Amino acid sequence: MSEQVEYIKVFGRPESLKETPTHYCPGCGHSVAHRLVAECLDELGLRGKTIGVPPVGCAVLAYNYFNFDMVEAPHGRALAVATGIKRVHPDKFVLTYQGDGDLAAIGTTETIHAANRGERISTIFINNAIYGMTGGQMAPTTVLGQNATTAPGGRDPRLHGRPIDISRMLAVSDGVVYAERCAISSFKEIRKAKKAIKKAFRCQLDDLGFSLVELLSPCPTNWKMTPKAAWDWVAKEMVKTYPLGVIKDLTGYEDKK
Amino acid sequence: MPSEKMLMNGSHTVGEAAVRAGCRYYFGYPITPQNELPEYLSARMQDVGGTFIQGESEIASINMVLGASVAGGRAMTSSSSPGISLKQEGISYMAGMELPGVIINMMRGGPGLGNIAPSAADYFQATRGGGHGDYRTPVLAPAGCQELADLTFLAFDLADKYRNPVMLLGDGLMGQVMEPVVFPDFIDLKDLPRKEWALHGCEGREARAVYSMFLGQQGELYYHNLHLQEKYDRITAEEQRWETKRTDDAEIVVVAYGTAARIADTAIEELEAEGIRAGLFRPITLWPFPLPALRKLSQHVAKIAVFELSLGQMVEDVVLSVGERAEIYFHGLPGGIIPTPAQVAAFIRSALKGDGTVGRRIDV
Repeated sequence: MSEQVEYIKVFGRPESLKETPTHYCPGCGHSVAHRLVAECLDELGLRGKTIGVPPVGCAVLAYNYFNFDMVEAPHGRALAVATGIKRVHPDKFVLTYQGDGDLAAIGTTETIHAANRGERISTIFINNAIYGMTGGQMAPTTVLGQNATTAPGGRDPRLHGRPIDISRMLAVSDGVVYAERCAISSFKEIRKAKKAIKKAFRCQLDDLGFSLVELLSPCPTNWKMTPKAAWDWVAKEMVKTYPLGVIKDLTGYEDKK
Repeated sequence: MPSEKMLMNGSHTVGEAAVRAGCRYYFGYPITPQNELPEYLSARMQDVGGTFIQGESEIASINMVLGASVAGGRAMTSSSSPGISLKQEGISYMAGMELPGVIINMMRGGPGLGNIAPSAADYFQATRGGGHGDYRTPVLAPAGCQELADLTFLAFDLADKYRNPVMLLGDGLMGQVMEPVVFPDFIDLKDLPRKEWALHGCEGREARAVYSMFLGQQGELYYHNLHLQEKYDRITAEEQRWETKRTDDAEIVVVAYGTAARIADTAIEELEAEGIRAGLFRPITLWPFPLPALRKLSQHVAKIAVFELSLGQMVEDVVLSVGERAEIYFHGLPGGIIPTPAQVAAFIRSALKGDGTVGRRIDV
């Protein structure tokens, strides 16, 4: 007679992610970021009450991958759309997932004002310093010297202006209770990112105000790098313009060591 | 129970009617000449436990409407011409995503910043879609406070019925004028049909998404557009509305909508005393335009006189309706000038004589 073995599941696909294979390039930060968002929603038991708003950009099809209710927004308008949703469903969990072009260029107005109103919304901001979906044009967050198809020879402050640090700008607003910048550049940084995302989600659950997690995210295809080199570039170069860490924290939550 | 007869201005009338029609979500940005509407709703929404947000822009406001709508609420925004131009992106998305919503346009003079006086120069924008893509929005054209109230109710019902944005097209004059109005009773929100497509979290069901993008290689967008067109055809067949006055034995029929129709109506009364038998055909839905009704009428009348507070926009729909069945005359004034009934009467007399002193003959 064989002995009954009880298995304990220690790893698997989060319920908040569908089984659909993504269209993201090898080494792209979106796949990791999607997984982190999904794990946090699962762990907080939020999947069934979540309504998400993806950006226009590479993650426009996020509703094919996330396994919760989602609605498309016009480019940059995610936080205005999310505001409308949250006002109808104050008891539901509303998140936006936006890229740098969406959140920090065409949607700057919507971003600043939703944050400043202190909308009870959590925003995941993917900063890869480039327009990915349209093929590598300069982003508002493209760092000085970085090549882009519309910044040939590299971003020059006199010609193209300087990269924008929107998270730091948003942190000035009293409506923002929590803003942290993390990176998808190593397992260690990814674990920190997950902790930050979960904390941002808690802000909404506790009705504190607007919360934002910026994720510096590799784009090997448009940076014309291997995945490994792209992850290293985030860790070594991108952080010089966008230093990692907590930008603002009014939550009063005690972080577990 | 309907309300007592109340004396209200047009902007407040729309606000009160919206609340009674179950609208609990209003988002808007200040612009003259319709500020009395958001001002009214900023207080009224507090009474009824609704949401009022003064958006940071026209663009944000229409997208808040989009969000509230996809979440299942009856939502509305209002503005005037330049602001409505800014909302077109959101309206196009709502049409593509098949989301209901009501947009009030109290038209002012254009193009550009124009002026703040009444105008009706947004007819093309309102009736031809306005934003990008192959879509239509029903356009309701009230001609007074009572109709502002009634058509606001209709706008919310049509929007929900067809899952499509609906526009109420008034003008700066209509928003300011005070008239007696009787409001329909409050709609009980619980009586409204359940919106099976709305998003409220996927608890107990499959997750779903609402979107307007169809990248598939199997003609997904092609079929989506055909589906939308089928809906627009249904609206065209079922929702045409118009009013006729004194058309039975008319020698000439004036076609006008909104404020222009009110002025024409008075002119027609004055002409009656002179023994001139003029009638009025007033489209209430500008899209769908009551084309068959006007076509039928034009078979029994020799002359059609089109009067607009623009330099000639609706006249194109009149030409499509009437063709060569009757002579078509046009007189229009650019925004910022409110004509007197005497001016319109002069146009009608001139059209009857065909002397070209006021207005012009349209060569079909």
